[in-house]
Amino acid sequence: MGKATEWFRRTFHRMGSPRWFFAGSRGWMLGLYLVGGALIAIGSAWGLGFAPTDRLQGDSYRILYVHVPAAHLAEAVYVAIAIAGAVHLVWRMKMADLAIAAAAPVGMTLTAAALATGYIWGIPTWGTGWVWDARTTSMLVLLFLYFGLIALRQAVPRADRAALAVSVLAIVGVVNIPIIKYSVDWFTTLHQPASIRIGERPSIDPSMLWPLAVNALGYYLFLVGVVIAALRAKIIEREAKADWVRTWVQAR
Amino acid sequence: MNAFATEFRRDLAISARHGAETMNPIAFFALAAFLLGLGLGQSTSRLDEAAGGALWVLALFANVLAVEGLFSRDREDGSLEQLLLHAKPLFAALLGKVAAHWIVSGLPIAALSPLVALLVDVPPSGMFALALTLLLGTPTLALVGAIGAALVAGTGRGGLLVALLVMPLYVPTLLFGSGAAMTALGGGDPSAELLWLAALLALSITLAPFGIGAALRVGQEY
Repeated sequence: MGKATEWFRRTFHRMGSPRWFFAGSRGWMLGLYLVGGALIAIGSAWGLGFAPTDRLQGDSYRILYVHVPAAHLAEAVYVAIAIAGAVHLVWRMKMADLAIAAAAPVGMTLTAAALATGYIWGIPTWGTGWVWDARTTSMLVLLFLYFGLIALRQAVPRADRAALAVSVLAIVGVVNIPIIKYSVDWFTTLHQPASIRIGERPSIDPSMLWPLAVNALGYYLFLVGVVIAALRAKIIEREAKADWVRTWVQAR
Repeated sequence: MNAFATEFRRDLAISARHGAETMNPIAFFALAAFLLGLGLGQSTSRLDEAAGGALWVLALFANVLAVEGLFSRDREDGSLEQLLLHAKPLFAALLGKVAAHWIVSGLPIAALSPLVALLVDVPPSGMFALALTLLLGTPTLALVGAIGAALVAGTGRGGLLVALLVMPLYVPTLLFGSGAAMTALGGGDPSAELLWLAALLALSITLAPFGIGAALRVGQEY
């Protein structure tokens, strides 16, 4: 137990060092790209080419293999940002803030992708792209929350001060998300209820679920790789005056 | 409770000495409703169904505009820094500030809404229900909006940023508020929505002052 705690503490402290993270993260990034990309390729080929056609929705349901991972990730990224915000406020870890700065545009893009694929999927199945339904509405609110995070960071001139403000906003946002979700849910909903719930048998057939699971895992891994890449760029930007960055740039 | 009363009385006195400025949100609300009526071609039939929701959206805009400057004067003369240093408890002092702000912005909007509702042809039976929804909803808007105002206080950026930050957080209040108003105008019983509004208010009274305090502390370091 003592050894594991010691290892965790050392890793946690090292993760707080931009320099150490930058030196160590290239391999992770490439590995995540590789594994994530392979899983996405397998899952997409499986889902688009081999999974059975839906009896009611025909082939149009296959957009689910993009829509569901994007929507899940869009929410997961916001929660991750809020956790990083709490870490930043408590321990004033610079890396936590850089992670927020790197992840916010990724999350915003995913939210937009989820909304766009949802719109496209809605046209053949619901007969309309946009509806004021519980989950589409809360997804749009999430998009605005991402806008706010990005706008606030740009509005505060000093990077370290902007970091604190963004952390507070991220936490305020994550407290509000369940309230927004429930209040919007209160309106009768057109969106199908969630098909996959933890601890219950999923209402989606395994032949369609497996490619989705593979694809979702691929999306998660690949997107973590993308966030690491963005984080590396942020580190170089923020630490531009440090000696090790200068030597690193000159060595290239 | 002492901290609450001190800040509450102080801010009310300051507002009373800036009478014209204090009138702005109310004037904005009336003017916007007037423009809405004009813009829709003075045809009252088109407004019948939407009036409750439309007035709620206007009240929300008026609230964003009013709350934006909540901390700017105190920040400029340094009293905000003093407050953050000595207020015990800060929670109560901030609640007092927001309460005083609501007395001069939200409360008059709610009180005048029956008059403004005349412009968009709301039947008298619905007017008081509308005022009641605003009475319950605007304090929540003020509390949540104050978090945004506190975050932006030190940046020198104004209203547009505050609006962008807090309007997504206004969604639940707007849904229940306009829902209650529309139900009441349609002749239904809005008590379910009103109870929800009250629940949101209770929740934001408990939580929002912590957010405001954290945001102000951060802003002090800009």
